[in-house]
Amino acid sequence: MTVRIEKLPPERERTLLAAYSGAVASTRRRTLGVFVVVVALYLLAGWMAEVRPLTFLDNIHNFTAYLGQILPVLTLDNLPADLAAWYWGLPKWLSLLGETILMAYLGTLFGGIAAFCLCFLASANLVRSTAIRFCARRFLEVCRTVPEVVFALIFVIAFGLGPMVGVLAIAIHTTGALGKLFSEVVENIDMKPVEGLTGTGAGFLETVRFAVVPQVLSNFASYALLRFEINVRGAGVMGFVGAGGIGQEFLVAIRNFYYSDVSAILVLIILTVVAIDLGTERLRHHLLGREAHA
Amino acid sequence: MTRRSPSALRRAALADLEGLRARHPAVFRPSWSRRAAVVGTLAVILGLAAFAMVRLDFSLLRIVHGLHRLGEFAGMMLPPSAEGRLALFLSALGETLAIAFLGTLTAACLAFPVAFLAARNVVPNPFLRFGVRRGFDVIRSVDVLIWALIWINVVGLGPFAGALAIACSDFGALGKLFSEAIETADRKASEGVTASGGSRLHRVRFGLVPAVLPVLASQVLYFFESNTRSATIIGIVGAGGIGQYLTELIRVLEMQQVAFLVLMILVTVALIDLVSGRLRRAIIGGPAH
Repeated sequence: MTVRIEKLPPERERTLLAAYSGAVASTRRRTLGVFVVVVALYLLAGWMAEVRPLTFLDNIHNFTAYLGQILPVLTLDNLPADLAAWYWGLPKWLSLLGETILMAYLGTLFGGIAAFCLCFLASANLVRSTAIRFCARRFLEVCRTVPEVVFALIFVIAFGLGPMVGVLAIAIHTTGALGKLFSEVVENIDMKPVEGLTGTGAGFLETVRFAVVPQVLSNFASYALLRFEINVRGAGVMGFVGAGGIGQEFLVAIRNFYYSDVSAILVLIILTVVAIDLGTERLRHHLLGREAHA
Repeated sequence: MTRRSPSALRRAALADLEGLRARHPAVFRPSWSRRAAVVGTLAVILGLAAFAMVRLDFSLLRIVHGLHRLGEFAGMMLPPSAEGRLALFLSALGETLAIAFLGTLTAACLAFPVAFLAARNVVPNPFLRFGVRRGFDVIRSVDVLIWALIWINVVGLGPFAGALAIACSDFGALGKLFSEAIETADRKASEGVTASGGSRLHRVRFGLVPAVLPVLASQVLYFFESNTRSATIIGIVGAGGIGQYLTELIRVLEMQQVAFLVLMILVTVALIDLVSGRLRRAIIGGPAH
């Protein structure tokens, strides 16, 4: 089958081509403008952050050398003994890792409970009073914006050293982060059950319990699991400021140049985080999938 | 929500509650298996929490005592004041923003090409894809502070190490997000390019990149926001920015200045949220050229 393509009359073709090239040129100009601005900002930021590309190039071999130094000496004929020497502190490190995970768990749990209580107050579709909503939102924002390590620094002075401080710091940060996500979920619910319950004369608590919670619970659990994964990573560095977990041991190893310890602990942390990442992803898919089927 | 007066339906239903129970037993019957599941889950969660609290030495006495001291600190924070170090703090804040910007943009530029290698619709080879993905996972699982400690060994103390640390940890996170965005892109455009005789590179350049670019840009902006928060803490290990002053001042209990710094951070982050929120909406809503 042959298709004959009708050519446009030359005048029409010319105007169309001109319009097309004009449109392309204006897009290109805009892209170029954005590009120039970004590059200028990048250079400015580089100047402010004291970037020295030459030093970097000079010292980049330090990075590879450092990686080479922290890697343990493993020989094939003496592998078990080498491994044992590399992981000489395994029982201690494992118990510290367990502590780290428990810190993340408790922090997520406490923060999740606080966020659960606050998120309904911060949702525009449930709370008509702007004052309450404003206060709840600002409170969550402050909890979220101040990094957990800063909370940990202050709490270490107030409560003394130890993992409890880390848990409290993680809990406060989690409250802010989860509270925002939770209230966004609540704002996107189907309002019909809420109207039904309000119609029968239910109060705020009853409405939340029977109309809102059943709709949002699986999403909440999924977000909390995601946060747990982030918190495990965060709990790993809490020890840098004396707030418990494996961070302290790691900092000591880095500062005192115990090279093979650095790699040993780093590998343990990475393995733990990746394992928890995979586990929570499974659980989350399971939770969200169940909701999709229901 | 205002409490409305009970409707006639509710009153009638309450009056005839026994009758309703008799007529619809299935609705009122408790479902034991579901209850057992709920109680079991709760028991596991609470049991683990109790174990964790014992293991981590939670004590009520310490909490009460600490709260008392926290109250004292809060009193010492008022009124927040810079005590004549405003210029110093502002330049540190600028440094923090520079670290965040530099780190995010570098990470985005590095992650952009590599992310295509981890996308199923670009690289059919599962081994390469799997390797790149696990690489992202490993890089992502190392916290910014740890990266900062490592880079300090290479380039010395200062903001440069901080920017490199943020670039590294974001490279993993952005790479993962980018590759997911590329995988969910609409296939029609790239199929069209293939149908008109385009090579694989043409397919990526004209079929995929225009479709995913706005999504990626909005993710980068989002990361910039969250990085301004994390850039405030990398000073704790000596990698520049406002965190250095924050740590020092907390350690010597100069609470007025601490409060001032925290307020500065709050305002800056709120401003950046506002601007980047606008930009993101403009990018996502605007024409995808």
